[in-house]
Parts: sequence; C-alpha cells; structure tokens
Amino acid sequence: MAQHRVVVVGGGLAGLAVTMKLAELGVSVDLLSLTPVKRSHSVCAQGGINSCNDQTRQLGDDEWKHLDDTVYGGDFLNHQPPVKEMAYWAPKVIELMDRLGVPFNRTGEGFIDRRRFGGTLYKRTAFAGATTGQQLLYALDEQVRRREVEGLVKKYEFWDFLKPIQDETGRCRGVVAQDMVSMEIRAFAADAVVVATGGNGLLFGKSTMSVFCTGSAASRCFQSGAKLGNAEFIQVHPTAIPGADKLRLMSESARGEGGRVWVPKKPHDSRAPREIPNDERYYFLEDRYPKYGNLVPRDIATREIFDICVNEGLSVESDRMSVYLDLTHIPKAELDRKLGGILEIYEKFQGVDPRFEPMKIFPAVHYSMGGLWADYVKAADGGLLPGAPKNQMTSIEGLYAIGECDYHYHGANRLGANSLLSCIFSGLFIGPSIVNYASNQNGGHAEVPSSVIDQSVTCEKQRHQSLLAGTGGDENPYLIHQELGDVMTRAATVVRRNDQLQEAIDHVSELHDRAMKVSLSDGGNWTNQNVLFAKAVQDMFPFAKSLLKGALLRDECRGAHYKPAFEKPSLTSEDPVERRRQAEQWCDEFEANNRRFLKSSIATWNAESNQPDITYEDVDTSLIPPRPRLYGLVGAEVIEEVWKERAAAKASGKELAASNS
Amino acid sequence: MIAPVPMKKNARTQFRVRVLRQDGPGKESYWELFDIDYEREMNVISVLQKIAAKAANSDGKKVAPVAWDCGCLEEVCGSCTMVINGRVRQSCSALVDQLLNDNPDEIVLEPMTKFPVIRDLMVDRQRLFRALQRVKAWVPVDSYYNMGPGERQPRDDQEQNYPLSQCMSCGCCLEACPQYNKIELTKEAGETDEQFEERKLAAYDTSFVGAHAISQVMLHNRNPTGKSLAGERLDALMGPGGVSTCGNAQNCVSVCPKEIPLTTSIARAGRATTVAAIKKWFEK
Repeated sequence: MAQHRVVVVGGGLAGLAVTMKLAELGVSVDLLSLTPVKRSHSVCAQGGINSCNDQTRQLGDDEWKHLDDTVYGGDFLNHQPPVKEMAYWAPKVIELMDRLGVPFNRTGEGFIDRRRFGGTLYKRTAFAGATTGQQLLYALDEQVRRREVEGLVKKYEFWDFLKPIQDETGRCRGVVAQDMVSMEIRAFAADAVVVATGGNGLLFGKSTMSVFCTGSAASRCFQSGAKLGNAEFIQVHPTAIPGADKLRLMSESARGEGGRVWVPKKPHDSRAPREIPNDERYYFLEDRYPKYGNLVPRDIATREIFDICVNEGLSVESDRMSVYLDLTHIPKAELDRKLGGILEIYEKFQGVDPRFEPMKIFPAVHYSMGGLWADYVKAADGGLLPGAPKNQMTSIEGLYAIGECDYHYHGANRLGANSLLSCIFSGLFIGPSIVNYASNQNGGHAEVPSSVIDQSVTCEKQRHQSLLAGTGGDENPYLIHQELGDVMTRAATVVRRNDQLQEAIDHVSELHDRAMKVSLSDGGNWTNQNVLFAKAVQDMFPFAKSLLKGALLRDECRGAHYKPAFEKPSLTSEDPVERRRQAEQWCDEFEANNRRFLKSSIATWNAESNQPDITYEDVDTSLIPPRPRLYGLVGAEVIEEVWKERAAAKASGKELAASNS
Repeated sequence: MIAPVPMKKNARTQFRVRVLRQDGPGKESYWELFDIDYEREMNVISVLQKIAAKAANSDGKKVAPVAWDCGCLEEVCGSCTMVINGRVRQSCSALVDQLLNDNPDEIVLEPMTKFPVIRDLMVDRQRLFRALQRVKAWVPVDSYYNMGPGERQPRDDQEQNYPLSQCMSCGCCLEACPQYNKIELTKEAGETDEQFEERKLAAYDTSFVGAHAISQVMLHNRNPTGKSLAGERLDALMGPGGVSTCGNAQNCVSVCPKEIPLTTSIARAGRATTVAAIKKWFEK
C-alpha cells in the first residue's frame, strides 16, 4: 500500500485530533495553520467538556440522555445519528484526554470532578480550572509534536489556506496555500483534505472569537462548490465585556453567584452607578421574569438585554450599548472565593474592579452552529458507521470538514461544554474514514496531474498579484470589515426582522462590490498582513450573504434564530375547555411549522449572481421525535399534555403497523 | 463610572506611539511615530488595529501597516508578546490608560530582542517550540484507542500541575532571561533549505533551553505515564544549554503573565538532574 498523505487545515482541537489519529494510522499529514497550532482559538474555551459518567449514571443518566439533551437544546435541527455517536463516544474521549495528561480538576478521592452546565440536569462537565479548552488543546498539541518528531507530521504554521485543488471530476486533490511570512504560494497535493478551521465570528466585526476566526477558509471551500448547512444559526452569549478590539466573555457564573442585571431608568444617566438610588434602577430581568430573575436561560437573557438597549433606548451609555452586571452588593471576600478568576479578567482588561463598580456588559456573537455541509453514513444502531468514507465529507469529494466549521452536532443552538466534545470526537472518529477513502482511490497525492495543480496555483497567484497591483478602487479593507460587522450585528444576531434582513442583504451586497475594489496600504511581498486581511474580508461576503438569506427565508423561531413576528403565542383562555382547544391548535401549528421548517437550510454559491441559492434538506430525527420547547410559555402544561397524548398515539400506531406487517 | 480613570484622560484626544520597525530580517531597524485618536478602553492591540486602518505616520506620510502577531486577545494564546515601554508582556492586556498614566508622553513598542525579527513587531519563535521537542514534553501513551481511564490522581497533584500546564509559550521568560541569547542565522550560499534548517536546529539544541521548557519537564515528569520518559528529559536538561546554564537571575518568574512558579521548577530540575547524574556515576 502506498503511503497516504492528507492535508489538514487548522490546528485547533478538531484539526489536532484528526492529525494525531491519522499519524497513528500511518498516514503522513501536512498540517497547515494561520498560527502556531498551540495558539488556536480552542484555547479560549473556559467551561468544560461533557460526557455521562459513573456518577451521573447512578442518578439515571446515560448516553441516550446526553443525546436527548443535545437535540432538545438544539431544537431538533441536529441530525441525530452523528449526535448519538458523539454522545456514546463522549466518556471515551474524556478518558483518552485524561490519559494524555490533561489536568482535569479532581475530587478528594482523585476522580475527575464534574460540574453542571446549562441544558441538562446532570453534572456531566469535566473541567480543568477555568481554561479547559487550553488544557485539552495543549494535550493534543503535545501528541502532534511527538508525531512531528517521529516524522509523520509536518507543520506549516503561518500558512493561509487559499482553496482546495479539484481535478476535472471535482474531486479534491490537495490545497493551494500561502506562506504568510514569505508570501510564497504553492500547492500541497494530498489523497484527502480536512478543513477544521473553526467559526466565523469576525463576520460580526467583534465577537468573543480570536482574530483568525474569519470564516474565510470555509468560505473558500464554499466558493469552490462545497455547500453550507444552517448558516443562519449563530450563538450569541448574553454577557460579554465590550472592548475596543474584542468582546471578552463574562461567564454565566457571575449571575449564578447572585449578580444582578440593571439599567438606570433615566436613559444614559450620567451619575456613577452607585449614586443611582434603588428606585431609579430598572432590574429588568427580575421584573420581567420574577420566577427565574437574573438566571433565565442564555437566549432569553440575551434577547432581553438587547431589547432594553435597542428598543427601549435604556443603554447605560449613549454611544455604546451596555447594561450593568452588578456584584457590588456581595461581600468582597465571597466574590474572591467564588469568582476570583473571572473577575480578574474584567479587572485586567477594563482596569476597573468589579467588586466595587458594576460591570458593563452586552451580548456578543460566540459560536457558529452552521457551517460546511457534511455527510455521514448511518449505522443499524442509529449512530454512525465507523470507517465509512463519507463520514464528515463535504459535498466536494475528498474534502472533509470537522469541528466548529461543520454544521453537525449543535442544531439550532449549542449546549455549553458540547463544542470541545464535538471537535475532538469528530477528529478522532474520521481518521479511519479518511484512510478507507484514500485506499479506495485510483490516483493518490503523487498522481495529481500537474495541469490541475498549475491551474489552481496560477489562479491564486493572479488574485494575489492583482490585489498588490491595485484594483483601481480606493476602498479600505479595515473600514469595509467594520461596516460589515455593524450591519451583521444589527440585523442578524439576537432579534431578526425580515425588513431589516432584506435591508442588510442589499447593504452587504453593495459592500461586497466595494470590497473587491480595495486599495492596499502595503504593496510589498514580505509578511504583508494587509493583503492577507483584504482577501479574508472579501471571502467573508459569500458566508455573510448565506447567513442573511438563510435567516430571511426562515420564518419561524428555532433555537438561537428568533423572529418575533413568527413567535408562537401563549395560551390566553382561563376556561379549561377553551384552553384545551387552544393547546390543540397550538400543537397543530407546531406540527405544521415543523413540516415546513424542521429542515437544514443548504446554501450553494452561485458565482454568476454572486449570491447563494438556498434549498432545504430533511433532518434525521428518527431516534428522538421532535417535541416543543415550552420554556416560559403561559399554558405550557396543557400544551405538554396534548403533545404527550399525540406522541403516545403515534407510537402505538407505529407498533400496530409493525405488528400487522 | 463612565471611564476607568477619569481626570487626565478625558481631556486627551490623541496620544503618540513610537514603534521600532524593521522591514525584514537583516534590514536596519528604525523608529516611526504614530498619532492615535484616543478612545476609552483601548489596549495596544486596538492601537495597532488603528495604525493598520490608517496606515499613515505622525507626519501624515502613507506607510505600510505595522506587522504584529496576535490571536485570542484575552491572554491565553501567547501570540502577542512584545516589549512595551521597556517591559516584555502581552499586548492584549496592555491597557492604554495605564500605560499613559505611567508615561503620558508616548507608548513605545518594540519587538522581543531574543528572537529574530521577521518584520516590525513579529518575531520568529521557532526556537521556543523546538525546546518543547528537545525535552519531549508529551505523555507517551501507547495509542489513541479507548483503553479506559487514566490513573486516579490526588487533588494536590492536580493543583500543582495545573499552574505549570498554563504555560502558553509566549516567550516572556526568555526575553527577560540574561542567559537566553538571540540566535539569528542566515542561509549560506549553496546551502539547501533542509541543510539550513538542520544547522539552525543544531544551534538551537545546544543553546539555553529556557525556563518554560524546564518547567514543562517538571510537569511531564510528574504525570503517571509521562514519567516513563523522565530520564530522557533530565538527560536533555543535563546537556549543553541545560538547567545548569540558568544564572538564577529570577527574571523569568517576575515577567511570566501566567505567574507560573518557574524558579520553583528550575530548582526542582536542578536537584533532579544532580540526583540523576550521581545515580549514573554509580551505575558506571
């Protein structure tokens, strides 16, 4: 058997996991990354990684419940076979990471300690201090370094992926990439290519993501013919620290420990917050949700904070949106003991001590649920078929997508501490799939026709040269990016309205045209960050357009996608009979809506119109039938009753049909 | 409070930044001044972003943006190390208000001096990562198959290991170290890329390994499986450029942004290598 060679683009958790697995299977890997892989965005994950475990099992938990929580949290937009496989692998993933030396927090007896995260009743989350992502990444980075010394892995750090190389049949035969130091553009031939390039937070200007999370790598695959799935689904975290350069996460635990969210009743009150008397403060979460107060779920907290600033005009500051997150009523010693680490982040980056001054926070784009469409092969047990070449393969043959840049696993909304799991799982799981794919091919990396390679390389060199030479326009890529971020943040984050989305589509199309006419301030050919950024900005647009169009066409509320015009109303009647009738109607409408929108949106790039075309794909919900999420709805108990009766009727109908056949 | 440090800075509309620039390896370095419009809550990253967007110096002359390296912007990735007002640190957590409080005239940005400059504030830290290879900073597991859980570990061990494991390879400890000297080689005529790479690595491998790598040895030698390579790691620290090179200046620990107890690791490594050397001598 000839030696296989695979190119992996991206060195976060997913990219490193697949790299080390492939190396173990004897495959040579060229690992390309914009940054030394140890610095990838995975380091920013704080909370932890989920799996059911010995302790939760004895409380009734199992892998199936992890699957259930994940698809319920995702509002049933997740294909269920990959999620099932992930949930069943989860305990094994954590055991492997433990063996690799991750310093997970320990119990007194020396077992891995667990904490509880949102969207579940069980303490499934293993964690390493407040830097779980960093610790997991370092363990994988070390294994890849070990494989590098052994000679099977070669790292290309500070290389920018430009596009997949495709032969005349459309099959992916390698990549074109650019050295960000010398600016050399060259081809990397391969039997298969894996993109593990993370999220696209920079579409929104500033987000909680690292500077390299532009989504441009996924967009370059998209423009080469790979499809996108669920591009409109992004997660917005309710509490982030606004900054001039980025929005830094402020953990939910600040509210968990008693933090109160408020704004002055008088808009932009110029007094210092502590001088504002209690009756002139509006504790809007406590007022609107007396039962849950400041601890409403993430999506609701996000929407309310957004609403109070955007629609009510009650932002703390006049020139920027923010609300107070106040811990000053809690004794300092208690804060230090329970929240020390996260308060230090605020203090370090804001220069203000949150023990004495309320923090100013605002929601921020945090995660991309959607991404490159990827395939899978379902096994008889409802999970995935191990080793099937199609697992995680995009619509371009031989091009795989894993981690945050794919669209599997998180549906319409991601649960906390599931992202690290999906990245490591998908990376480990597809190693054998890639080997099997490569073994079934006639021509490998050594037989890629030089004409195919030359054409791809020439095309990218031309793009580069023409940008350096000047497009004839005078647009500034940095300002274009800022403007894009403003438009996207206004129209497509927390609350979505069709008129605003349509306006944003027009605006973004115009910006796209302008982005093609950039003028660079650096025309040189050595470590030219200016031209690399200009290209990334240009490539943000196809993704941004798909996100906006997908959101425009999806006339419903599902998970993180919230359109008030299509929100299902609470039950209004007090009369039991009428209430029951309303609940029946509610369930009818819910089912009708699912028939229309319980589908993945699939975007295909149309180079002619310079716009995406959107179609829909059915979601495999064969394992756990979809059910309504009824949080905070008046009449929820009646709806639930009706729904359960219907589900039971359906189940017995199925049994009957099965026994008759 | 509307702005973090009100008094002086409310009046401020602009401030000056002085950057030590260099167009490429082997080129002369030069100072360039930039006037930056003041905004509240700026850090050095946002200053450099403004310079990139404006691309003009204080004379209004069009210049190429300053090249620099950054990533997470929240001090966990280790990318954005540079020398700011004479002190090595991460530029993301270097707040403009605090810098101007210390020195109202200007903010001075320089690349690290212990690594070859690629361009402007970007340096080549390959030697830093090479040191992690040199000391085999990994756990040599048999496989990545499912083999059940690892060993139970006492909470105390985790609490000692976790701080060491937070090292983000930023290089602050190396910049501050008097024993860590810059190695900048250039490709010779007739030398292939591979030959040049080999010569470079050989030079790195015999020079001081640095506090960060010594600390990683102590971390991995404590791991239940990792300790199977303890002898090899200590060997690496006993060779040229090993732990005995340390002059005990203790600068490393004072500049570490993660407050890793580097000097404790160095002291332990010193003892461990001594014990290993004596053992070897007896086994001869």
